Amino acid sequence: MSNAPQPTPPRPAGGRASKKAELPEHLKAYRHVWVFIEYERGAIHPVSLELLGEGRKLADKLGVELAGVLMGASHADLLLAATDCFEFGADVVYLVTDPVLADYRNEPFTKAMTDLVNAYQPEILLLGATTLGRDLAGSVATTLLTGLTADTTALAIDEERSLAATRPTFGGSLLCTIYTLNFRPQMATVRPRVMPMPERRPGRLGRIVEHPLNLAEDDIITKVLAFLPDRDSDKAQLAFADIVVAGGLGLKSMENFQHVKHLAQVLGGEYGGSRPVAHKGWIPADRQIGQTGKTIRPKLYIAAGISGAIQHRVGVDGADLIVAINSDPNAPIFDFAHVGIVADAVEFLPVFTDALRARLSLHYVPETFLVAK
Amino acid sequence: MNTKMHIVVCLKQVPDSAQIRVHPVTNTIMRQGVPSVINPYDLFALEEALRLRDKVGAAEVTVLTMGPPMAEDSLRKALAYGADRAVLLTDRQFAGSDTLATTYALASAIRKIGATWGLPHVVFTGKQTIDGDTAQVGPGIAKRLNYNQLTYVSRIASFEAEAATIMVERRAEGGVQVLTTRLPVLMTMLEDSNEIRRGTMADALRAAQAEIIKWSAVDAGIPELTKCGLRGSPTVVKKVFAPTARAEKAQQIPVSGRSWSEMADDMIQAIFTRRPGLETDLLARTENF
Repeated sequence: MSNAPQPTPPRPAGGRASKKAELPEHLKAYRHVWVFIEYERGAIHPVSLELLGEGRKLADKLGVELAGVLMGASHADLLLAATDCFEFGADVVYLVTDPVLADYRNEPFTKAMTDLVNAYQPEILLLGATTLGRDLAGSVATTLLTGLTADTTALAIDEERSLAATRPTFGGSLLCTIYTLNFRPQMATVRPRVMPMPERRPGRLGRIVEHPLNLAEDDIITKVLAFLPDRDSDKAQLAFADIVVAGGLGLKSMENFQHVKHLAQVLGGEYGGSRPVAHKGWIPADRQIGQTGKTIRPKLYIAAGISGAIQHRVGVDGADLIVAINSDPNAPIFDFAHVGIVADAVEFLPVFTDALRARLSLHYVPETFLVAK
Repeated sequence: MNTKMHIVVCLKQVPDSAQIRVHPVTNTIMRQGVPSVINPYDLFALEEALRLRDKVGAAEVTVLTMGPPMAEDSLRKALAYGADRAVLLTDRQFAGSDTLATTYALASAIRKIGATWGLPHVVFTGKQTIDGDTAQVGPGIAKRLNYNQLTYVSRIASFEAEAATIMVERRAEGGVQVLTTRLPVLMTMLEDSNEIRRGTMADALRAAQAEIIKWSAVDAGIPELTKCGLRGSPTVVKKVFAPTARAEKAQQIPVSGRSWSEMADDMIQAIFTRRPGLETDLLARTENF
């Protein structure tokens, strides 16, 4: 269920959408942009730094401060992480230090976050759309009874100082812009790598505000027994690969998917696929690319037999060069690809792979060169 | 536990997203003929609920959905998979609900289900839907019911009905978290955590004739209608639009009258002309072999 869950056509202007009441007096006090900093096992999740970059732009537009919210058990570690937050753009860091915050659990983190919001009243609160961020955001928004826009792909401030949050809708076939007009804070989550990593500015400083949690371990029902880290070999390096080759239903069968893997191998890249092929089981779920899968920002992205619905596009829009192979000349992928060919991917891929391998091989002398001699 | 254990599964009927198309001229959704299915992620929740019922023995599974009258189809399917009872929350009051309004209605209905057939010990949802993709409804229901919340559960490691405790593995960032908590609990199930069973013939026959319990907002005992639907939604959809094409059209590799290998060479040339650094990188990598 989404912020626009019922697949009904968009409402015409004149309905509630255009009705923006003057913000109630008690909500006018809500100021500043906050980013929840996902800090686990001694490291800040990259998505939190990406959000500091995006939050910085929003705060500057609003003329307010940007704050990071850091929670954990070790005060010394949190202070170190706060330094990173300042260097990536935060003016303020709210610190909540308590032994019960050693590992992420919904209950104490929800309390810490909602206490902070109620005490310091931010107008915007951003979280990463990770397993942690999504677990926390829903609880916080429901506790505060405010609006939450999930998995946004673009954030902006409109003329009336409201947050305009854009996300795919209708299963990823269209985009919609969502506002939380008469409630504060305006909450949004953003998936990792959708926003670019901001530049670090070494030596940039900010101020720290400490806040207590007042929660005893005995009062928390859920206990963390263990954390089993993923083995490196289990992790697809897809999200961080420089070259990605992906396939869609246009490959027609699971057997034909080997053409995609083969090309990825020749290019020293990673392979992936669209949502329908992930659902068909042609690729593992962690190799799905798009809104509900991985967001990638490679130097080269080759999409074979992928139509390019929004839900896919938002996952690849950050690629430097997008190459599309599709037999349908009207496929939406040609609207955002840089180079395209209207061809059957099953036929084209093997020839293309061979030609590439030949060109990249040391002993290869281009035919054109021989002819010229 | 002295009474039967009660498990509630929240399902959503969604359009089969693989078949949604956007009208090329009007940019509106073409929904004609697009079949509806149970949200695929919810099937993992349903199967886990059925497994838990089978394990505990004295237990019942109630499936709940909020949606238009035609959502009855999905509930009937859930009964055919083996669910014991189906409740459809359907009312025009719910139209336009965002996640907050949705969780208000669903949590209210779960309370009514609890009052009618026994307090649910476990509520299951899928990790997210394929049409909304927010993953926020499960956590919202948990908060409203004040249930312990376990999201992205990949495995129930142990379940002690008598002690009312549960131990699960859940997908976390960079690893798997092993957690224990007490009932009542709301779990959102990760994909591939199980595989939906083939329902029995007996269940199929029962499902075909079963009564789907239909509740309006009033039937469900929802106290404040202003918290439902569009009125109860803090978020407002201001515009829905198709993405704009890139200003610069894609460079099309000519195909007519060209052989496959000529097309491949043209494509390679186009890529390396636009990104000369790529070829250098790739050649450097080859030399390192």
